[in-house]
Amino acid sequence: MGTDRTEVVVTGLGAITPLGADVTSTWDGLLAGRSGVRKLTDDWASELPARIAAWAAVDPATLLDRVQARRLDRCEQFAIIAAREAWAHAGAPEVDPERLGVVVSSGIGGVASTLAAYDTLREKGWQRLSPFTVPMLMPNGSAGWISIELGAQAGVHTTVSACSSGAEAIGYGMDMIRSGRADIVLAGGTEAAIIELNIAAFAAMRALSTRNDEPERASRPFDKGRDGFVLGEGAGMVVLESAEHAARRGATVHAVAAGVGYSADAHHIAQPEPDGSGAILAIRRVLADAGVAADQVVHVNAHATSTPAGDEVEARAIATALGPAVSGVVLSATKSMTGHLLGGAGAVESVAAILALRERVAPPTINLDDPADDIGVDIATEPRELRPRGKAPMAVLNNSFGFGGSNVALAFTAA
Amino acid sequence: MSMTEQEILAGLGEIIDEVAGVPADQVTPEKTFVDDLDIDSLSMVEIAVAAQDKFGVEIPDDQLKDLKTVQDVVDYVRRASVSA
Repeated sequence: MGTDRTEVVVTGLGAITPLGADVTSTWDGLLAGRSGVRKLTDDWASELPARIAAWAAVDPATLLDRVQARRLDRCEQFAIIAAREAWAHAGAPEVDPERLGVVVSSGIGGVASTLAAYDTLREKGWQRLSPFTVPMLMPNGSAGWISIELGAQAGVHTTVSACSSGAEAIGYGMDMIRSGRADIVLAGGTEAAIIELNIAAFAAMRALSTRNDEPERASRPFDKGRDGFVLGEGAGMVVLESAEHAARRGATVHAVAAGVGYSADAHHIAQPEPDGSGAILAIRRVLADAGVAADQVVHVNAHATSTPAGDEVEARAIATALGPAVSGVVLSATKSMTGHLLGGAGAVESVAAILALRERVAPPTINLDDPADDIGVDIATEPRELRPRGKAPMAVLNNSFGFGGSNVALAFTAA
Repeated sequence: MSMTEQEILAGLGEIIDEVAGVPADQVTPEKTFVDDLDIDSLSMVEIAVAAQDKFGVEIPDDQLKDLKTVQDVVDYVRRASVSA
């Protein structure tokens, strides 16, 4: 790493997921190999081909002030809850408001609120629309509410890139600190899209698992029997901070946010490039950006959504990008338990990757009964201890790929 | 059907509690929305929408801006519901 560059560290974590309403319960669920996927019993789901999903463990509205909750889309509720946890975890730092930024993204935004508002419009007329309709449907609503709550004035951003949105937000947050725009950035992603339209639309792409009779076994990344992803919901947040600022206030550092690598497939709007060259480029770039050698990498939290096309391409891309050093890397596909949180995925999985690094244990990948052939990577099916491979600090990666061809890889190294 | 002033005040108290989180017992006739109850212009629109549902009285925007106190709304709803 360049010695003159601002080092960024992680000083706070927050999450609300299908496995728990906070980081600790989510992490416990991951280590226990617990599935958050359940049957959809709502009437609206009865005609859909996919009738399973991974709801958040707790209704977010019950964790918020009543008046605030009714002005927020469910994805904004998740975002605020995870942001508060991350901020408290960081010790609610005192910081110059003009040096505090927010980057919070969502793949889809307030789609449930959009549809509800449209029903109101059709049935009752425009006069009955809530004046908070626009703030509820706009994708940057979560970022806006969080910046108001924290008084963050360095900038309020939303990096939308479908299923890599959350990871891109964290990368953008790192860049804000490195470029000198901020000392602290709260960054992450959120999603609340378990509704009829989304399930139908993803089903129309043939992207969803239809293993309706075995919800817990439906999300099975890298397994030969995988048949699509399972929609999840929730949010993940991290507090990023310049190492200097963190040291000055004596903050606990959970990891170094060492680098970010971006690339674009420029191939297909929704399918991965078959040879994985976009993913390979993103992984090579994150190693270069972080100044991390391939043989420092001990763990990758893979994007691995459980779709037939994506998982094997990613496994090959990781093996190619890391070269022979991949033999010492333990992969985890935590979507096997959480489902796919879309714009929240990259953020929740960054939280998981940081905890894996800090706790020195890779979470399991459940449902991997019959691994795809010649996959070329070592996938944890039980919690696996992580150990430094040499004298250099341990590094972990988090991959996130989004429709539109977006590839984002993040690197975290041991504090 | 006309409502009494007390009924309208009680209904308005419920609306303001729901919309803005101000306890109904604080919604007394002399209170101003902006200065006393800390209710912003978007929330005033929500209150007007809810009042339409509850009292069957439409409050047009050009009237809404002149309703400064709780008593102003009570009076408006009474007049409008009598004439309706």
